[in-house]
Amino acid sequence: MPSTGSRPPARSWAPDDVVAVQRGPEPGGLAGAYRVFGETLRGLKTSFGRVVEGTTTIEYPEEKTPVYPRFRGRHRLHTFEDTGLEKCVGCSLCAAACPADCIRVVAAENDPEDRVSGGERYAAVYEINLSRCIFCGYCEMACPFDAITMGHDYELADYNRSDLIFTKEMLLQEPPERTPLRAAGE
Amino acid sequence: MTLATVGYFEPWYVQLLKTLIIFGIGFSLVPLALLYERKLLGRFQNRPGPNRVGPFGSMQPAADILKLISKEQFQPRGAIGWLFKLAPLISAVAALATFALIPFGRTQDVFGTDVGLYVADSNIGLLLFFALSSLGSYGVLLGGWSSGSKYSFLGAMRGAAQLISYEISQGLALLGIVMTAGSLSLSEIVEHQNGMWFIVPQIVGGLIFFVATLAEINRTPFDLLEADSELVAGFMTEYGGGRFALYFVGEYVHLVVAGAMFSTLFLGGWNLPFGIDPPGWVDPIVVLAKTGLIVSLIIWIRASLPKVRYDQLMSFGWKVLLPLATLNALVTAIILVTLAD
Repeated sequence: MPSTGSRPPARSWAPDDVVAVQRGPEPGGLAGAYRVFGETLRGLKTSFGRVVEGTTTIEYPEEKTPVYPRFRGRHRLHTFEDTGLEKCVGCSLCAAACPADCIRVVAAENDPEDRVSGGERYAAVYEINLSRCIFCGYCEMACPFDAITMGHDYELADYNRSDLIFTKEMLLQEPPERTPLRAAGE
Repeated sequence: MTLATVGYFEPWYVQLLKTLIIFGIGFSLVPLALLYERKLLGRFQNRPGPNRVGPFGSMQPAADILKLISKEQFQPRGAIGWLFKLAPLISAVAALATFALIPFGRTQDVFGTDVGLYVADSNIGLLLFFALSSLGSYGVLLGGWSSGSKYSFLGAMRGAAQLISYEISQGLALLGIVMTAGSLSLSEIVEHQNGMWFIVPQIVGGLIFFVATLAEINRTPFDLLEADSELVAGFMTEYGGGRFALYFVGEYVHLVVAGAMFSTLFLGGWNLPFGIDPPGWVDPIVVLAKTGLIVSLIIWIRASLPKVRYDQLMSFGWKVLLPLATLNALVTAIILVTLAD
């Protein structure tokens, strides 16, 4: 069967078909030794090129891998910049959208004298169990007020599972260290 | 008539002292070579290599060796106890003993005493070198065989096969040098290279010797004894802790010795080109610098080339290296005889 260049469909051969096998050059005598020598030198040149290139290592604890702007890391809860009120109104749409069922919201009525959120109600309890979260970003999509977004933090390891349950206060806080953003074209 | 003489002219305490100093250098080159190899290999792979332990990773070998010697001395049930314990020692001792033969410089006047910068300058130095390097393979063979493990045994078998396929061509490759210099003494061979290094007239011999040396010190592309991809770790599969460290020491001393031997035999030892004639204390530095150059080349080759197959090494040794080495010796002999008339 002549080779057509395109990939043949699976099981297109019969057992008595003559299959054209592409082989490498025969080792040969002196010509082979000469070729091996040349290829050896080519290999040496290739690996020396890596020395010239320099290292590409990111020395992790000292420098962090930059993330893309749409990277889905640890969640953030947001407040209004002018009034300082929380954007979350405790509607629990994020909890409903969560496929991993890791968000727990308990809503409460706002006291008109001492408002917590911009809406009628606010989230009295807002917990995300990050040991269950799959970082899909559905909560962010479900939120009608852009109160919850996926942040850029990815250093989330901890020693206890209970420490991975993030409360509202923790989610509202700015991360202590900003994760570097990837520059354009990087 | 004596079979072999070893030139001693210093008082005994000077001999003892210089032996200690040279072996001190030999031993301290092991962690250096270890670190240097890992650093350089890293550079060949776009990474910086070990840099966490100490400044620039300088304490990495110390940490490695400390970890190894603090580990359990494990021995498989089927092992032959005393041979299993002896084998790594043979490997390390044979490699270190080869260090005694390398001349580091001309005879120097140190505080009023003439001191030869070598441990032993035998008039059969080259033969001793071959004897010791063959002895080193006993460490490999016995270690693999006495481990009582399939992988170790296969590694040792390959070691035996490898030994016979490179050693003959390695010896024959040096015949040209021996004929030209008219001596087996290493320091006389170096003296003879004052003016022209043997790498120029003996380029074929040098290449054959270099390739055979790679096979001798079990380096890529001839690291069939270890063969990580198919034999776990070859002959040292069952070794751990201090005994493994001893094999490691042997391997790296071998690496340094191979570099020093090549620079002694082919790169003119302590001689510098273009008639540069520095004072005597520079000689050891020149030898060590040339050694470092060859060691870098060997590491470069390790970073570049894949391992050859077992039968490929055999056919390469017997069908390419051996005829070439024989031809080289013959041509050198003919030229020498023609020029002598």
